[in-house]
Amino acid sequence: MTPAESAAKFRARLRNQAPAALALLPAAIVVAVVYVGSMLMTARLSFSSSHMLPTFDWAGGEQYSRLFDTERFVESTQHIALFGVLFIVASLTLGFLLAVFIDQKVRFEALFRTIFLYPFSMSFIVTGLVWQWMLHPELGIEKTVRAWGFAHFTFRWIVDENLVVYTLVIAAVWQASGLVMAILLAGLRGVDAELWKATKIDAIPTWRVYWSVILPTLGPMLTTAAVLLAVSVAKLFDLVVAMTRGGPGISSEVPAKFIMDNFFGRSNVALGSAAATMLLVTVVAVVGPWVYFEHFRRKGVRA
Amino acid sequence: MSAAAEPAGPRPRRLTLSRVGVYVFLVGASAFFLLPLWAMVLTSLKPMSEIQQGDLFQLPHTPTFAAWSRAWSHACTGLACNGISVGFANSVKILVPSVVASIALGALTGYALAFYRVRGGNLVFAILLVGAFIPYQVFIYPLVRIFAWIGIYGTLTGIVVIHSIFGLPFMTLLFRNYYSSLPRELFNAARVDGAGFLGILRHVILPMSTPIVIVAVILQVTGIWNDFILGLTFAGLANQPMTVQLNNVVATTQGTVEYDVDMAATILTAALPLAVYLVSGRWFVRGIAAGAVKG
Repeated sequence: MTPAESAAKFRARLRNQAPAALALLPAAIVVAVVYVGSMLMTARLSFSSSHMLPTFDWAGGEQYSRLFDTERFVESTQHIALFGVLFIVASLTLGFLLAVFIDQKVRFEALFRTIFLYPFSMSFIVTGLVWQWMLHPELGIEKTVRAWGFAHFTFRWIVDENLVVYTLVIAAVWQASGLVMAILLAGLRGVDAELWKATKIDAIPTWRVYWSVILPTLGPMLTTAAVLLAVSVAKLFDLVVAMTRGGPGISSEVPAKFIMDNFFGRSNVALGSAAATMLLVTVVAVVGPWVYFEHFRRKGVRA
Repeated sequence: MSAAAEPAGPRPRRLTLSRVGVYVFLVGASAFFLLPLWAMVLTSLKPMSEIQQGDLFQLPHTPTFAAWSRAWSHACTGLACNGISVGFANSVKILVPSVVASIALGALTGYALAFYRVRGGNLVFAILLVGAFIPYQVFIYPLVRIFAWIGIYGTLTGIVVIHSIFGLPFMTLLFRNYYSSLPRELFNAARVDGAGFLGILRHVILPMSTPIVIVAVILQVTGIWNDFILGLTFAGLANQPMTVQLNNVVATTQGTVEYDVDMAATILTAALPLAVYLVSGRWFVRGIAAGAVKG
């Protein structure tokens, strides 16, 4: 190829690719400014002494040691850990059971599916307010059960410092387990009919087939569901704001709310940034390996 | 294909004990999912006196929509008592341009990524993918400063831009995956015929995009309507979306707490995404599947 030919080829390639490159420009700017730039700026601010306005001085790890001396933050991490484990386990379990029971060739299948998934279409604010009302210490479930004749029934978790996190779990499971069901049901529908015939001939109990054969084959989908749930744990903010406002006291505070409060309410920009950076590190540690295997190892980016 | 979509569980026999057990479980689970909605509806139809005396599931003696109309036009947030209709109007104003902008940007980006090999394109896509999983809190403070600096912080433009930004990862993924699944020969044929980047997009790709656009619209309409944190932070007081206003209405505790009005306002806020869900049915599930299983 002569230099003139390769130059012409280069120009042709440029002509072909230039419009596409231009089309990708907005996305590239978003990536550069938002996903990389803002993230780095947050990390940078976490090493400053910013209060109300960002300053770019260097305060070393001062904010981080302050962060872990702050009771509100330390308790927030404990609450989110407890919430996260219970929420993920309960949603996966309930979602799996719903999918399995719906898969028994039941009548009104579409109706059941619609009922189990509808809370997922509603916002966390609505979910939080609904459950705040259901769990109202005087007028909620407690009063209803008492009206059924159990005069001494008490159910005041939502105003109990030690139990309020469990009410967040109830509301979040109500909202999200339909999602797990929808994901797993798609997986169950992919199970080979021959498999069922084989297990039937061998007279293996149905529950045993689900536990030992079906559940393992649903592995990738369970992982996907678990990752999606884990991400919503890290993002947990709206539900707490609507349902408990972090109370009673600070007994249902969570990191995402701690960060927002310090950015916009308490004028502690550097402290909020340090907490946001901790959140980022945690999320990347959990989700990073999954994204890597799911998108880059198995299929390659260019599908 | 249709055979694979059939329920794959064991074939039912006669009405055995285990069959009854299946239905008992499903009906019990349905109660768990439906009772909160039922209690909410009943509460919104009862006057406060009945709410105080009765219980959650007691039927109203004389159902009244008074709380609904109060919630719509007189519910208070702080000192302003103009009802949740203000938030509804704001949410519509935010929703329409945000849905259009985020889908247009996602489709364009997805198209460019699926059919063209632009240098750095894969890197952009990879960062978007990872970014989709990171909580907004990590980006939000610098973005507020940047938006204030440009002059769009607390404006309608600002909230539309922010919805387009945070909608970009998922919209890109959705359109890129869909376009990658289209037969490449169509694209190549149009190219041989001399069509350019926009020509192929307009005459070949977009006419085939209806299903994925429907999925995207459903996802974005429900997602943006249900958003709280972005509206709270970027929309400004004058444009507060319905979720933010609803939260303020319920939090406002001046005078007696009106649970009937609170619940009516909550239902009104949930109505649009709920209607989208009920009408769209399988499309909604398809959207979830596109995000969850492929993504």
